[in-house]
Amino acid sequence: MLSPRALVLRAPGTNCDLETAHAFERAGGIARRVHVRALAERPATGDDCQILCIPGGFSYGDDIASGRIFALELRTRLADVLRAFRDRGGLVLGICNGFQVLLQTGLLLADADGTRQATLAHNTSGRFIDRWVSLRNTGGPCVFLQGLDSFELPVAHAEGRFATRSAADFARLDAAGQLPLRYAGGSNPNGAEGDVAGACDATGRVFGLMPHPERFVATTQHPAWHGRLDPDQPGTGLALFSNAVRAMA
Amino acid sequence: MLWEVDVSLTDPATDHAAGELVAAANQLGLAGCTAARTAAGWLVEGNVSRADVERIARVLLADPVTETFTAAEIGAAGLTAAVDGLPTVVHVLPRPGVTDPAGLTAAEALAMLGHPGVAVRSLKKYWLPAMEPAAAASLARRLLANDAIHDVVVGPLALESLAGGGHWSFARHTVSLEGLDEAALAKLSRDRCLALSVAELVAVRDHFRTLGRDPLEIELETIAQTWSEHCCHKTLTSPVAHEGPAGTARYANLLKETVFAATQEVRRLLGAADWCVSVFRDNSGVVRFDGDHDICVKVETHNHPSAIEPYGGAATGLGGVIRDVLGTGLAAKPIANLDVFCVAPPDTPAAAIPPGVIPPRRLLAGVVAGVRDYGNRMGIPTIAGAVAFHPGYLGNPLVFCGTVGIMPRGHAEGRVEPGDLVVVAGGRTGRDGIHGATFSSIELSSASETESGGAVQIGHAIHEKTLTDFVLEAARQKVFHAITDCGAGGLSSAVGEMGSELGAEVDLDRVPLKYDGLSATEVWISEAQERMVLAVPPGQWDKLARIAAAEGVEATAIGTFTGAGKIVLRWHGEVAGELACHFLHEGRPRHMLVSRHVPPALPPAAWQPAGLASTLLAVLALPDVASKEWIIRQYDHEVQGASVTKPLLGPGAGPADGTAIRGVLGRERGIVLGVGLRHRLGPLDPYQMAAGGIVEAIANAVAAGADPERIALLDNFCWGDTRRPETLGPLVEACRACHDLALAFAAPFVSGKDSLNNVFAYTDAAGVAREISIPPTLLATALGQLPDVRQAISPDLKRPGSLLAIVGLSRADTAGSQLELAGRVRGGRLPVVDAAACRATIQALARAQRAGFVLACHDLSDGGLAAAVAEMAIGGGLGARLDLAAVPFAEAGDDAAGATTGLARDLAIAFGESPGRFVCELPAGRAAEFTAALGDVPWAVIGEVLAEPSVELGGAGGVEHVAVAALDSAWRSLARENH
Repeated sequence: MLSPRALVLRAPGTNCDLETAHAFERAGGIARRVHVRALAERPATGDDCQILCIPGGFSYGDDIASGRIFALELRTRLADVLRAFRDRGGLVLGICNGFQVLLQTGLLLADADGTRQATLAHNTSGRFIDRWVSLRNTGGPCVFLQGLDSFELPVAHAEGRFATRSAADFARLDAAGQLPLRYAGGSNPNGAEGDVAGACDATGRVFGLMPHPERFVATTQHPAWHGRLDPDQPGTGLALFSNAVRAMA
Repeated sequence: MLWEVDVSLTDPATDHAAGELVAAANQLGLAGCTAARTAAGWLVEGNVSRADVERIARVLLADPVTETFTAAEIGAAGLTAAVDGLPTVVHVLPRPGVTDPAGLTAAEALAMLGHPGVAVRSLKKYWLPAMEPAAAASLARRLLANDAIHDVVVGPLALESLAGGGHWSFARHTVSLEGLDEAALAKLSRDRCLALSVAELVAVRDHFRTLGRDPLEIELETIAQTWSEHCCHKTLTSPVAHEGPAGTARYANLLKETVFAATQEVRRLLGAADWCVSVFRDNSGVVRFDGDHDICVKVETHNHPSAIEPYGGAATGLGGVIRDVLGTGLAAKPIANLDVFCVAPPDTPAAAIPPGVIPPRRLLAGVVAGVRDYGNRMGIPTIAGAVAFHPGYLGNPLVFCGTVGIMPRGHAEGRVEPGDLVVVAGGRTGRDGIHGATFSSIELSSASETESGGAVQIGHAIHEKTLTDFVLEAARQKVFHAITDCGAGGLSSAVGEMGSELGAEVDLDRVPLKYDGLSATEVWISEAQERMVLAVPPGQWDKLARIAAAEGVEATAIGTFTGAGKIVLRWHGEVAGELACHFLHEGRPRHMLVSRHVPPALPPAAWQPAGLASTLLAVLALPDVASKEWIIRQYDHEVQGASVTKPLLGPGAGPADGTAIRGVLGRERGIVLGVGLRHRLGPLDPYQMAAGGIVEAIANAVAAGADPERIALLDNFCWGDTRRPETLGPLVEACRACHDLALAFAAPFVSGKDSLNNVFAYTDAAGVAREISIPPTLLATALGQLPDVRQAISPDLKRPGSLLAIVGLSRADTAGSQLELAGRVRGGRLPVVDAAACRATIQALARAQRAGFVLACHDLSDGGLAAAVAEMAIGGGLGARLDLAAVPFAEAGDDAAGATTGLARDLAIAFGESPGRFVCELPAGRAAEFTAALGDVPWAVIGEVLAEPSVELGGAGGVEHVAVAALDSAWRSLARENH
């Protein structure tokens, strides 16, 4: 059986691509880091990949808004490639800046005409924050979260406050199981509506989240592992990558 | 056509910047700013229609869910209409020529949208209650803008165009040094911001006499950059005649005979086991890591720019040291950053702040934000640091930025070959940062902000990130022979250094510019950020250019390294200047410096004892000790996924000692960083200040599990005006300490940097000229290695019932301590490093750790034993019982100051700051093995870990209890204020 291939798409300012590729490889996949310019020039580069991941970072500096320009580039130069990838049953994962990009491209939580239903706004603190949060999976179709219940991951962002266009949008998405990942135990770090930390499309195959699963693939990445956790065990974040690899194997 | 687009949040409740502005105005007691609204503004100039602008706003600039926008021609009445009843409109925009990363990025995005060649400038816009324009402008200058980089406009913007620059016609300007007396030469140096001494200018004059001509301006500038303190450490490498407490000494080259000499001796003793690779030669020091990799480290200062513009100064300081690592050998990958700030106490009263000085709270917030925005965007975790407070840093704060890098073995040395192309890659060159190298070598004054604005810069982190991606790929494909960063002195220093033996010819007209109108001299010495210079064999140029294009980086061949031994500068074929390499690098005259150090008399301890628990709460709330969580959490300290021991640890997020990362993902070998800074001892005893800092840095690293036989050190000296013998004296003492400690610990210094002339001059309200000099400050950094990250150790307490042990001997060391700051004692014994004893303690501790039963370990520093145990309890969310009488304590005998009794004795044991001590948590019942591992080193079981979160302090006067929640609250009090 061939290992599934993950295309880790980077842009100027992407900075979590190496560890994200490492996480896919630890999960048994084969990861390839590709620059968005290279993919635009040779769209066929992605043809043999089953998983597309947009990793974290500050694409184009996030100077206007997080992920805005990367998303613009995807919409203007790679819209067909992305749609074809999704339509042939590929999995799409956006982490942190990648989640912001997925929302801005309209690949996730958008009306049929591309109008966006949700955004990720500035944290209510007004500041970047790096800390660990408690999370819970409320269930639903999300392929990446299968088998996960309560777990911890770190967040590191300034613009992660999930907000929907309207209360009705939130209720509909919630009912459809498209808002499965929630901050738990009072650990909402950014003021997100409904404690939402991650959202997926109706199929569960396109998923974006603010926390960084690639930063907890080894136990030694946890802030309280010393003397408490077995350093030879994998971290819980690895499960998201393993789920993706298993689904495409 | 020039358009303005304003983007604001639809829901005023989410306008966080407005809330912050109102709160800050309140805090400063500025009347009238009771409400505010803000917007992000964009000026868009080019061939775009109204419909285009609206589309740009909709698609690019505004968020459809949370934001609304207004787009109109600049100056249109609607743009300055009142919002929410707030009629006063204030614009804050970058001055022409100041880097505007957001504007540049927006312009790139517009090109993607089909509008190439459109210029964009970003601005911030504020609506305030009715007030006089002058009052609004003054408020904006105090809270929203910095004159060094911003323009403030109240009311409508009257801008007609964003175009800047101009035209420069080639001309050669000679600067005659003939017929000038000493005063005239000194004036010329000052007027041109050259920072050259009279003797140096005389040497230049004599050199050009032999050539039969006067120097050209560009030649004189090149010499000034190359001979600047910043670029060549001329004070530290000078001959010195020293008079100190240990007698007189003469050095032919101070640095070489102290710090370097110790490193050479350590390497000689290591023999075949020498693990240094490239030290004191390149942009950073390189040591062996594992079989396939070397690692390197560098720490730089960016003090003067940060004093004037904290945000930009700190950001570009970090950007610079990252490029140092990137520009080491054949390029190293930056994998960790550290940042240390020395500032005045946050509660410095406004009346005590001289004109032109940024208040310490605002300054600290600014430098933190600068490091945050640059480091986070670069995707390099900021894993270590410190903040130190002292009134001497008021006008002249210290900002240290450090970076660790990793490279494949065999990449530690580059070598320029004749015929290699001189290639500049990365950002474009503008007028920014002219005279940064010479500016940093001159003392600050209250007029610096207005005089030296050109030396202040704003970084563009994403340009540096793409530059890094490009360089690392080019290194992987081996398409260049050598690389260095464009830092202080710009191209003049980068090309000058790389071509110091071969020489080079450079066509300055080929250097890509941000805007027209720069003179050849400006192009040559501009310190515009985010640029590297590479030596590229002509046969590899095509490959290099392809890599650059793929990463979206501009790379331009601007000349050739020749082998002719001279630097020839051209402008469209005409010679603009020519300098012999030999004179440039060897022609600087050296003069014997005189230094003197007379140790001040230290008063015996005068006690004002108070209870242990109340003292502990007071000490934990002192700025040096208090939690830095509010800073740490603004930094991404986990990116790159290699994190092993973070700066905040355990369920209670207590502080770390050394912090650790994996060198390579998926492998077990780790890198540990520790820092040491004993600035309070600087004025008391500079030797012990330096020695104590070095021991602290090493202790940090070893407490976290680093192998004590593999510690590389860095020195960063920050001093006052060393032209004064009594200021240079303490520097010589500190250099002696570096030498002695490096030898004692077999820990070589591998790199370092000095920043001198850290003096702030001003005229006080009564018209008296005054000066504030920083305390002599050495920052020591320890780069350690963890053989296996699974054996990393953290300070947070782990298990109720474990034993607590102290390792190392305690004394009543209260001079310069936190106990003194808390008002419990004045003066007393100075903490003196017994290097041999410290070394033995550290080796014994490492043996115990390797035996595998040290559950937690914390080194004792600020606040001594009690503060350390409190931090361990906070981190672990557990309690502790401490019996002070059990602590091995050197009684009076070696000196009278130690003769303390009763509560004073308890305070001295609990809070004294004797160097080289640790607290360890041991599993109950393992004391015997611990004894075996520790050998002769003084140690004792002094208590145990309690399940109940309370700390019990048992002293001569009985037992005092304090809840861990109360300790936690005191420790975090400063952080709360900053939030």
